[in-house]
Amino acid sequence: MGAAALGAVGVAGTAAGKAMPEATALAKLRAPRNARFVADETQTSFEDITSYNNFYEFGTGKADPQRNAQALRTRPWSVTIGGEAGVTGRYTLEDILKPHALEERVYRMRCVERWSMVIPWVGFPLADLLRRFQPTSKAKYVAFTTLHDPRQMPGQRAGWLEWPYVEGLRIDEAMHPLTLLAVGLYGRVLPNQNGAPLRLVVPWKYGFKGIKSIVAIHFTERQPPTSWNLAAPDEYGFYANVNPAVDHPRWSQASERRIGASLFSATRPTLPFNGYAADVAGLYRSMDLRRWF
Amino acid sequence: MTVTQRYRWLWKPLVFVAALTPALLMLAGAFGIAGRRLGADPVEALLLTCGKTALNLLCLTLTVTPLSKLARLPQLLRLRRMLGLFAFFYVLLHFTVYLVLDRGLDGAMIVADVAKRPYITLGFVALLLLLPLAATSTQRMMRRLGRRWQSLHRLVYPIAILAVWHYYWQVKRDVTEPLIYAGIVALLLGWRLWHRRRRTPVTSTYGSATAPERT
Ligand code: HEM
Repeated sequence: MGAAALGAVGVAGTAAGKAMPEATALAKLRAPRNARFVADETQTSFEDITSYNNFYEFGTGKADPQRNAQALRTRPWSVTIGGEAGVTGRYTLEDILKPHALEERVYRMRCVERWSMVIPWVGFPLADLLRRFQPTSKAKYVAFTTLHDPRQMPGQRAGWLEWPYVEGLRIDEAMHPLTLLAVGLYGRVLPNQNGAPLRLVVPWKYGFKGIKSIVAIHFTERQPPTSWNLAAPDEYGFYANVNPAVDHPRWSQASERRIGASLFSATRPTLPFNGYAADVAGLYRSMDLRRWF
Repeated sequence: MTVTQRYRWLWKPLVFVAALTPALLMLAGAFGIAGRRLGADPVEALLLTCGKTALNLLCLTLTVTPLSKLARLPQLLRLRRMLGLFAFFYVLLHFTVYLVLDRGLDGAMIVADVAKRPYITLGFVALLLLLPLAATSTQRMMRRLGRRWQSLHRLVYPIAILAVWHYYWQVKRDVTEPLIYAGIVALLLGWRLWHRRRRTPVTSTYGSATAPERT
């Protein structure tokens, strides 16, 4: 079972959908929990994780993605791998996923807008996938692209961002063991509004780095453009590491509101690298994090 | 019923209940009454609902005078003070939610916010300007200040501009709604400019456009 089964069971997930999908309408995934990557905190509820989303392809309101993403067809799906790599080409989602065993990891997610969640993802390390395509020595960065299809993604008819959405990581960030490609959450196939069928999760960076509904992965020599950085370069950097000491120009990043917490205890301090400093601070040792925000 | 009675016993209570409703719904949501919820991010929900309601009431307050002229219903002016005070009430709630629930009364962070974040500075200035208006909203103050009352209460024009600007600046990307509010405020203030220019002093039937409410 595992990822190989996802191709088949995923169909049930997409067919489930006109109305708001209950958890039970999404196919189950077999994914043992990886105890090394479990944030020991109260998990955000399935309902909150799937009804409070930023996914501008489906509208700018937090409830828009749940409402507008249900018609997205996630099968068939293919992912193009290109750039500085020994093996490139267009692969079906099933081919992409087949060799990988799925696991569950509970990660904190910190949005640049000052809210946070704790999410039990199902996925596999991005590094395992990237290695299969034999990146060359010129592969200094990895660039990702979201599906561009305004008929299925009504938000793409508006010009709030340049479409398609693009994101990128430095190769060492992409190969880091914390960096995950997710295909599910709460033990079930990823709901469309959370970035089905395949999305990136980089828990020490602001949420917008976690690009959704990925259709292309390219190895590049130069730093690739990223959507929010293109939209407002002084507000959103390429690195976007969670950092309480570096404010967004319009608001402080020193604290955050935990989704689902009670009204009077929602606000908590934000941690450097979202609490993953011990694992990732070394990646940025010689960098001025104020400049490279 | 006389006009005065109708306003005292019917219209004013109706407007009072309508203006209080958003606060009651938020209260119900906060305590889970009648199955209401504030959603995934309750603090944000309270902050935004209070801010939006304050702005709506501010716009409504500014609509009273033009509407009373255009519809030839001078008695509408009797509702204006209540709308204005409710706008102030929701700004105070908005500010309290920000101070207590969102920033957890972190003094240093709040001072830094007000000083450094333009959109919060604008909101804060709007709040400060509202204070003297609320304080002088009584009949007694109106009489005491006489003509100066009118000049003072023209502060509501810059307040409305600051409020919309504050809204516009805090939006991340989609500025559609703030622009709609900007249009509404431009219309309401533009009407006053146009009206003032056109008006000849004697033909004004209902007194000045900014006349205090008389009951
Ligand atoms: C006349 C006074 C004010 C009015 C009419 C007002 C109105 C608004 C409105 C309409 C919004 C946007 C709501 C939405 O997006 O739906 C907003 C947001 C906000 N206001 Fe105000 N405001 C005022 C004063 C203040 C003050 C004094 C503060 C704090 C010092 C403040 C802090 C905020 C914050 C932090 C937000 C952003 C909420 C978020 O996006 O997380 N406001 N306000």
